[in-house]
Amino acid sequence: MSAETPSKLQRMIKAGHLAVTSEVGPPRSADGAVIERKAELIKDYVDAINVTDNQTSVCRLCSLAACIRIKQMGLEPVLQMVTRDRNRIALQSDILGAASFGINNILCLTGDHQHFGDHATCANVFDLDSTQLAMTVRMMRDEGKLLGGFEFEVRPQMFIGAAANPFAGPNVDIRVARLAKKVAAGVQFVQTQCIYNMDTFKTFMKMVVDRGLHEKVAVLAGITPMKNVGMAKYMKNRVPGIDVPDEIVKRMGGVPKEKQAEEGINLAIEQMEELKGVEGVRGFHIMAIEWEEKVPEIVKRVGLYPRPQLAA
Amino acid sequence: MIKAKPKPMEEIIDNVKGFSKLLIAGCDGCVTVCEAGGLKEAKVLAAALRLYFTQGGKQAQVDETSLTRQCEKEYLAQLSDRIDNYDAVVSLACGCGIQYLAEMYDKKVVFPGVDTCFLGVNEERGLYSERCQACGRCILAETGGICPIARCSKRMLNGPCGGSEGGKCEVNKDIPCGWELIYERLKTLGQLERFETPTVPKDWTTSRDGGPRKIVREDLRI
Amino acid sequence: MRLQYPPNVRIIEVPCSGKVDILHLLLAFEQGADGVIVVGCMEGDCHYLAGNLFAKKRVQRVKEILDQVGLGGERVGMYNLSSGMGPRFAEIIREMTQKIMELGPSPIRIAKGTAVRAAGEVAA
Repeated sequence: MSAETPSKLQRMIKAGHLAVTSEVGPPRSADGAVIERKAELIKDYVDAINVTDNQTSVCRLCSLAACIRIKQMGLEPVLQMVTRDRNRIALQSDILGAASFGINNILCLTGDHQHFGDHATCANVFDLDSTQLAMTVRMMRDEGKLLGGFEFEVRPQMFIGAAANPFAGPNVDIRVARLAKKVAAGVQFVQTQCIYNMDTFKTFMKMVVDRGLHEKVAVLAGITPMKNVGMAKYMKNRVPGIDVPDEIVKRMGGVPKEKQAEEGINLAIEQMEELKGVEGVRGFHIMAIEWEEKVPEIVKRVGLYPRPQLAA
Repeated sequence: MIKAKPKPMEEIIDNVKGFSKLLIAGCDGCVTVCEAGGLKEAKVLAAALRLYFTQGGKQAQVDETSLTRQCEKEYLAQLSDRIDNYDAVVSLACGCGIQYLAEMYDKKVVFPGVDTCFLGVNEERGLYSERCQACGRCILAETGGICPIARCSKRMLNGPCGGSEGGKCEVNKDIPCGWELIYERLKTLGQLERFETPTVPKDWTTSRDGGPRKIVREDLRI
Repeated sequence: MRLQYPPNVRIIEVPCSGKVDILHLLLAFEQGADGVIVVGCMEGDCHYLAGNLFAKKRVQRVKEILDQVGLGGERVGMYNLSSGMGPRFAEIIREMTQKIMELGPSPIRIAKGTAVRAAGEVAA
């Protein structure tokens, strides 16, 4: 986490607090008020708000515009940026634009394949991948240089993030190696895939700590509360790269339908309590999918409210 | 080799139904190997079109032939003395052959009879899969002999992405994860350390992004 | 056994049904056949391992082609019989002949003027 930026998220982590981030998914329309409403719901309970970039390849109001809105509300946005839809010209251009509005956090992603989304017949770009996007942001920030070699004065002050998925293939070893690679590319924080398999996650974190990677990158543990047993089954069977153990499906299914949402929240809170004690975990990224209103309750119950105030 | 598949009959019929003297031109190269556009397929298509025209009560002449390679002028020249006997040609060559035929006989209507798909291998008869995207700058030396551009759905140079699960791609479970294959191969070769060095952004100018490409080999030219 | 079957069938012997090509079948129709069947050995009993399976695929492809060019895929068929199934062979020939009679002459023969539509038959 060498380079210091004005990022509030970075300062929160540096101060030794467990950071809390959450996300806002922009609407599939030009209704900017949706973003403000969602941000309003969670603003006092998180340190920064991710804005997803056409997640699952479904076309939505753009991440950059939504981040600007959030910034103008006096909040701290994390600009998610996927390389699927834009080439290096567009990516760098958006980074400069974001920085011009004082956006100081970026999450570098490759993005889901468009096959999942609402425009499956489109051409994809993938000029860069997530690791290369991180390298690019670092170059722009630390060297004041674009990939094309052009040098400029006013640099984007970005705290550079990426995703990490301890549960994807081929194995945990390679997932740690890939994190190391992202760190080598300039990544300073990662938000992980939703954690349900605690054993795998702990194995991952132990390897991260053993290699000293936790000194170089802040790991924010990904939490997604389950709404019901259907969601648990769907994530287990249908979403590539998510590992939902059988006992979790069983537990969700073991309570009556009307109690399942509550059980999902309880489960998330238990997971977070357990994760607090895992070395290298520097905070949480709560992805409450279309369930933003539950974020305050989760943060309160897990004892992370009120959020610490940083000296200006 | 180049892999192609026959175009749907309906589409071919729709293209040629207004003509009455047709030549079906196969190619003895790649499309013969993948059984999409060789002499055999030309004969079958010609027979089918003759049946189509005859049952519709139309007198039509549909002949077939095959050229050694449609991507070379010398072989295309074999048609020069008889191409004028036909109103239109259905070429069963790859996209290169179809275009070169059209270029050489520029007053002749030329239709494609195959869909040209990719550069691939014959896994077995009737099963062909992609291996190369002809990006113009081969990186196989760094990736254990497996190409991430052709074999990763997101052509990532620093994979595998978070959607890789059980050795399969997030796009579909029939696609092996290219990066998992690379990982296994590098492990076998004892070269896993390559995994930890980020690969820098690729220069795509030698790919299609640089515009139509050309190779000029002065050592070969007179 | 001296089994009786319709005399309008022309039998073409091949060493294996796997020898029968898409082109042979199409050619038969071009030359005026109203229907063609391929009779191969029982599945799993091919001397050449998969000849009858290839034949099955080819017949299927010819069905598609006949549908696409306007002759109708029902004019071609594939049957699997063993050498001990003479009565069944005769029965199949009777069935196929009956089916072709119902379908009427091939549009190719009608177009070439070697056959006429039966009274009351509607042009395709």
